[in-house]
Amino acid sequence: MGVPILRQGHCLIATIQAALTDTDLQGLRDDLVAQVGRYRARGVIIDVTALDVMDSFAVRTLRDIAQMARLRGAETVIVGVQPEVALSMVELGLTLEGVNAALDLEEGLAFLDERTKGASRGEVPRAR
Amino acid sequence: MRAYRSPTPAPTGRSRLARARTGRRSAEPQAAPPARASEAVLLAEIVAHLRQGRTQLRDEWVWRIGEAGLLRAMSQEEIFAEATSVYDNYLDALETGTLEAVQAYAGQLSERIVPRGVETREVVGIVLLLRDVLARSLFAKYRADFQLLNRILDAYEPAANRIATTVAVGFVQERERVIREQQEAIRELSTPVLPVRERLLILPIIGLIDAQRARQLTEQLLRAIRANRAKVVVIDITGVPAMDADVANHLVRTVDASRLQGAKVIVTGLSPEIAQTLVTIGVDLGKMNTVGDLQGGIEEAERLLGYQVVPVPEAKR
Repeated sequence: MGVPILRQGHCLIATIQAALTDTDLQGLRDDLVAQVGRYRARGVIIDVTALDVMDSFAVRTLRDIAQMARLRGAETVIVGVQPEVALSMVELGLTLEGVNAALDLEEGLAFLDERTKGASRGEVPRAR
Repeated sequence: MRAYRSPTPAPTGRSRLARARTGRRSAEPQAAPPARASEAVLLAEIVAHLRQGRTQLRDEWVWRIGEAGLLRAMSQEEIFAEATSVYDNYLDALETGTLEAVQAYAGQLSERIVPRGVETREVVGIVLLLRDVLARSLFAKYRADFQLLNRILDAYEPAANRIATTVAVGFVQERERVIREQQEAIRELSTPVLPVRERLLILPIIGLIDAQRARQLTEQLLRAIRANRAKVVVIDITGVPAMDADVANHLVRTVDASRLQGAKVIVTGLSPEIAQTLVTIGVDLGKMNTVGDLQGGIEEAERLLGYQVVPVPEAKR
């Protein structure tokens, strides 16, 4: 099952709607990294609200997406990590180092707005 | 059993109260049961005897409770009232041989006296005193016939011990229930997550943290972050006297988990002892944002949220 990717202004939004296989995750990674370039996106939001489990492969893929997108000029935010998922992730030592996280889609958009607005005007992004 | 009654008053003389009332006890049951009398028959006779001497034996018991310095937390009237109902329940249990009523009564009694600070030692003490008072009364009555006395005591002692055990166990169970409830209440109370500004939560931790409490704290915090849409959380550990490696690591995990929900965590109020411990045991606190005290923590949080607190000029107040 693929993951739909929506465009919203300068952002790409990928909403994961059900548990994904490793192949789906790799597909999502390839799609996102390709589309960041195609649509000149400044931000990527990955919504994981629907996931109630996150394994090490998923976490690593998310981290890879964030790093690849950054190399192609987009900031990545993971949104909607459930409390239980967050707890089990840190217990397994999967802390998504270097990846931004926000509470939900709205927060993620606000975060990216602030980052990309400053950047597009050539300003230094405000420290958050 | 009343058939065995004789007009001769049995000598008791165990206490001054007993002596003072001996005159009234004109209708004492006398010892003369057939040798084949079963335990039940003996018990019934014992009960009849003890019912007869109810007032006097109860008064003696109450007096001895006072002498032994038990139940200091209760007034004389309360002791008297409780003693009366314990005495009646005790005899009922001896008579019927069923412990349900005593169990229920012990539960109610414990519910009344546990909050008063009555100790296990005292409850066991008074029940054993009652057993002794009654045993001595039996001894005084049957001492003329040693064989019979033996059989009476054989019937009485196991039953009395069962009752004593039931009451003591009931009391301890009630106390344990109260303790469990209080622990639960303390756990609930001790981990409040307080919203102080829009999107700013404070989590003051007071008292020792064990693994279970640490986990509960984290879960509560993560839920509160979601419910309040918090961006910054200040965890204040001024009230935590000590911390070990496990708890410190848990704190680090709490910070990580909060970050996954998009909230920044500021830890404040690390005491010198805790700071020393953490450095000595080598917990990696590099990822943690720490500020000296709660005030500084809130100021830092306000800065992160873009608030600026300025004093209102005198004239505008």
